[in-house]
Amino acid sequence: MELNQELEAVPQALSGHGVEESALVTILGKWDPLEREAFRKKTPNLFIEDKERHFQRWDDHYARLLKHEFVRFKNTVMLWSMHPWERDARLVKEAIKKGKASYGVLVEIACTRSSEELLGARKAYHSLFDHSIEEDVASHIHGIERKFLVALVSAYRYEGAKIKNEHAKSEAKIIFDVIKNAHKKPINEDDEVIRILATRSKPHLKALYNHYKDISGKNLDEDLDDIRFKEAVQCLCTPQIYFCKVLDSALKIDVDKNTKKALGRVIVTRADIDIKEIMADYNNLYGVTLPHKIQDIAKGNYKDFLLNLIARGSN
Amino acid sequence: MGTLIAPTNHSPLEDAEAIRKAVKGWGTDEKVIITILGHRDAIQRQKIREAYYELFQEDLIKRLESELSGDFERAMYRWIVEPSERYALLANIALRHADRNYDVIVEIACALSPEELFIVRRAYHNRYHHSLEEDVAANTSGHLRQLLVGLVSSFRYGGNEINAKLAQSEADILHEAIKLKDKNSNKDEEVIRILTTRSKIQLVATFNRYRDDHGIAITKKLSDEASDDFHKAVNIAIRCIQDHKKYYEKVLRNAMKGGGTNEDALTRVIVTRAEKDLNDIKEIYYKRNSVHLEDSVAKETSGDYKKFLLTLMGKED
Repeated sequence: MELNQELEAVPQALSGHGVEESALVTILGKWDPLEREAFRKKTPNLFIEDKERHFQRWDDHYARLLKHEFVRFKNTVMLWSMHPWERDARLVKEAIKKGKASYGVLVEIACTRSSEELLGARKAYHSLFDHSIEEDVASHIHGIERKFLVALVSAYRYEGAKIKNEHAKSEAKIIFDVIKNAHKKPINEDDEVIRILATRSKPHLKALYNHYKDISGKNLDEDLDDIRFKEAVQCLCTPQIYFCKVLDSALKIDVDKNTKKALGRVIVTRADIDIKEIMADYNNLYGVTLPHKIQDIAKGNYKDFLLNLIARGSN
Repeated sequence: MGTLIAPTNHSPLEDAEAIRKAVKGWGTDEKVIITILGHRDAIQRQKIREAYYELFQEDLIKRLESELSGDFERAMYRWIVEPSERYALLANIALRHADRNYDVIVEIACALSPEELFIVRRAYHNRYHHSLEEDVAANTSGHLRQLLVGLVSSFRYGGNEINAKLAQSEADILHEAIKLKDKNSNKDEEVIRILTTRSKIQLVATFNRYRDDHGIAITKKLSDEASDDFHKAVNIAIRCIQDHKKYYEKVLRNAMKGGGTNEDALTRVIVTRAEKDLNDIKEIYYKRNSVHLEDSVAKETSGDYKKFLLTLMGKED
């Protein structure tokens, strides 16, 4: 490789999800001081030229970001090897700590896990943190979303297929009316909507989702303005589509670190459950395969690890 | 400690046959049924049901339902179903009852351990094809709904960690909330948050803190101020969490007080606690009333129902 190509390859190796360890080892690892200086001078977004003192220093912000990228593979390995209960408990804890931007993770875990998986996460949470999930959610979240989030993480939904269609229909109408009157009374203050979404079984909610479409012509999650309610409906009624959307948001170069994490989280947590269905839906929605997208955006060990997780069991 | 007297060994087949003899033909020999089933623990009763089905291709519960009647039948039905299913049954009955006996819901949610409560929730799924919280929510509204759903959905931390500062701050919150006689939504929601999510050991520390700071037990203050269903339920929750045996003693005492007898309450406490801590409850009862629980029950009930309850309480003929 010529130096010019190399000078492009190394910054490439350091931008994206994860880092391209092999390029860093073979290229950066063999550069002499002059080559490294050329590298620093030619990549102004990584290095700041100190014109007064005649040297180049790492951009602090980028250095911090890079720390996350190097550790992304390690974090994914840890998450993958964990018992699913510990995994979900730790994800919940982190989401509570991080604040509003991460509450979607709470909804995701509470609504996409089976009743027994959620119970397991609650048990693990006791063991890890000496508190219950609902206790921490209730005491750390103060806004209007608290009631709904506490209800979601406390649910132990009936998992049988039996539903009462008339109830699903009448409750679809209830929600339709609440949405219609949202300008008078906001949806997230409505106890009935919270009751229905937080306690009804998933088969019931899926039937409700269909009835709602008959009444309104639109999908329930589209008509809901509140982000948490929207996410909950998507997770409860159309989880694979929800995961596709999360993956698609994450699979971009320039995204905030929380959104970036979603890629590893979704693949690790769904690899044993429904990743195949998610991949099929992803292909239909976006016209490109998930492995292809990951190949483009992710790097190095992190990329290979994710691709491996997805490919398991496809033989 | 429980009061049930059961042998260490029994033969489910012999028991099943003896019961069969007692129900076959005209009339029923209730004495035999009481003597056998009233002296078997949950596992033994389950084995007898299985043996009865194997021998006679009939569900023993259904048979007893048709042979027995009245308070005795209701008590025997609750006794013979498996404990977690029993609680599920009691909860469902409470919800369907005309005057909605929420006490029972609060009792179940607060007197049981977190693990026991979850087993009850599972039994509820199996029996009613709904979740318990779903049915509670559909039958209640407002703050009472939030409280009851929160209580039955809780899975409290069961360890020994207590945070003294937290106990202080939450005792203050509870004090503020109770003080305000008018409906103050924010404060009520804080009461709900604390009661439905904190661990029991943390709550006891909080209630103690309240008493130390304000010179009066929180339950006494609530009894004075409580007027509506929500505050009554809060009071029961606190009493059950603090000392459920003392609470059960009061339920029994109230059930037999005055003119009539509340057989539902009597049956409920005796049947659900006979294998758990009815002996402790009996001691509390005696200390409080200077009368033995068996004697009170004997006075207020009659017939086979009386014999059955006394048997469960460990009284031998």
